[in-house]
Amino acid sequence: MYAQMVKSTGTGVKSLDEMDPRERAFQERIDAGEKIEPKDWMPEEYRKTLIRQIGQHAHSEIVGQLPEGNWITRAPTLERKAILLAKVQDEAGHGLYLYCAAETLGVSRDEMTRMLLDGRMKYSSIFNYPTLTWADMGAVGWLVDGAAIMNQVPLQRTSYGPYSRAMIRICKEESFHQRQGFDIMMKMANGTAAQKKMAQDALNRFWYPALMMFGPSDKDSVHSAQSMAWKIKMNTNDELRQKFVDQTVPQAEYLGLTVPDDKLAWNEERGHYDFSEPDWDEFYDVLKGNGPCNRERLAARQKAWDDNQWVRDGLLAHAQKREAMKVAAE
Amino acid sequence: MAADPLFELLLRMGDNTLILAQRLSQWCGHGPTLEEDIALANIALDLTGHTQLWLGLAGEVEGAGRDADGLAFHRDVWDFRNTLLVEQPNGDFGQTIMRQYLFDAWHVLQLEALRESSNPQVAEIAEKAIKEVSYHQERSSETVIGLGDGTEESHARMQAALDLLLPYVGEFFANDAVDEIMKEAGIAPLPDSLRSAFDEQITPVMQAATLTVPDTDFAHSGGKSGRQHSEHLGHILPQMQWLQRAYPDASW
Ligand SMILES: [Fe+2]
Ligand SMILES: [Fe+2]
Repeated sequence: MYAQMVKSTGTGVKSLDEMDPRERAFQERIDAGEKIEPKDWMPEEYRKTLIRQIGQHAHSEIVGQLPEGNWITRAPTLERKAILLAKVQDEAGHGLYLYCAAETLGVSRDEMTRMLLDGRMKYSSIFNYPTLTWADMGAVGWLVDGAAIMNQVPLQRTSYGPYSRAMIRICKEESFHQRQGFDIMMKMANGTAAQKKMAQDALNRFWYPALMMFGPSDKDSVHSAQSMAWKIKMNTNDELRQKFVDQTVPQAEYLGLTVPDDKLAWNEERGHYDFSEPDWDEFYDVLKGNGPCNRERLAARQKAWDDNQWVRDGLLAHAQKREAMKVAAE
Repeated sequence: MAADPLFELLLRMGDNTLILAQRLSQWCGHGPTLEEDIALANIALDLTGHTQLWLGLAGEVEGAGRDADGLAFHRDVWDFRNTLLVEQPNGDFGQTIMRQYLFDAWHVLQLEALRESSNPQVAEIAEKAIKEVSYHQERSSETVIGLGDGTEESHARMQAALDLLLPYVGEFFANDAVDEIMKEAGIAPLPDSLRSAFDEQITPVMQAATLTVPDTDFAHSGGKSGRQHSEHLGHILPQMQWLQRAYPDASW
């Protein structure tokens, strides 16, 4: 999922009795499945948590363009180039929908961008891993978009209206991305020895980072409980991770690839796969900025921002001149 | 003339769109705003679609078993027929958008003429492409105006971009033997017949952008004939063709 470890600022979930009348009415609307709209009253913590979550999600879409954009100029056929271009363009569009949703909560896109660049806001850890071969374009679509879907499908029912509507638009496109990634994997896994090797290598490198996308176990997390009560988080991290493993392992088998986990086994009793946890120390290192590509990703965003300041200024100045001329003509 | 002139014409169309799309793709994720990022990717996507059609037809006409991918990924510099303009580096965003506008302004006129081609397949591709390309021109002209008539800095950058790139425009309008034969056959217009319409298109845009069109007739050439490309093409191709060349027996 693209929003990891989003902390709500609440101290715990209050019972309805402990709430003041406004809070209670708010919670009851959520419990009844109503949508909260921008003009409605909402607890300050709800607003802040949502900004953090939607912002992180938006930044993930934007930074997520980079590892895939890395292969557009090297796509092996015109068809694959067109599909990848369309996909990366979709991701930028997702970023746009999400920034718009966050803006309804009173924070501008520029402000959020600055917070990304100075480290106050995060993006998903997954995009700090490198894309080294063409098979990585398959693995990213298959595993990364696949994991994102796990999280985003339930979020279509989230309590905040603009967020929910953004999710509905996004989900339509994500499932296409995932199929596309799987299609690349099929070609590679059924291709020459070199292609097969690339496919297995991509799975080896992306498997655990994909599992990390769901965040560490949050069974006991106060923050998660509050977010779930507010319906801005719909499932626990462990539930989603399990669901992802259960869905993905048979697909890997179908591809003839080996999931890099000795402990992976079907557990008849649980009706789920048992699997190894990713290395959470690595996860925290990546969050702290020490992943393989953190520096490059942020530097690329910083450069796009700095080098093009003159473009944004120029277009703004022109728009203002036009506006002034229109006013003068009236 | 060694090669079939129709094949040459189709390569000129398809190589222009192929190389420009390749250049534009380099912007992906690095654009000045999300909207511009999306717009550049969108143009690259459209042009890649056109490339598939032009080079696909070129392969058919050639009849040597090469398809669009075969032509895109397995030719070397001397076989490319794109103009020098499209292989110029992206530079700053101003250079990219100026290059785009100058190309779009020619592209629209060329496709309008090709719609009337005596070759029905050529006419059909032009018909398909023109709507998208008209939109590219609409957008790139607006951006040229916005940045030309923006701040002092954006104006200066756009003027520098125009000064730099205008000498690459003449190549689009220079007739050669291929063009004469295509004109004779009613397949394509003579390039120089489009020049005055091109000037009529760009003059008001440059005026609105408060930019001065440099007073020079000098034109670089050698791209569309394949006689002498710039050094840049030799760096674009290895990146674009790497996988196909390194793994010739693979299918993707
Ligand atoms: Fe997305
Ligand atoms: Fe996606």
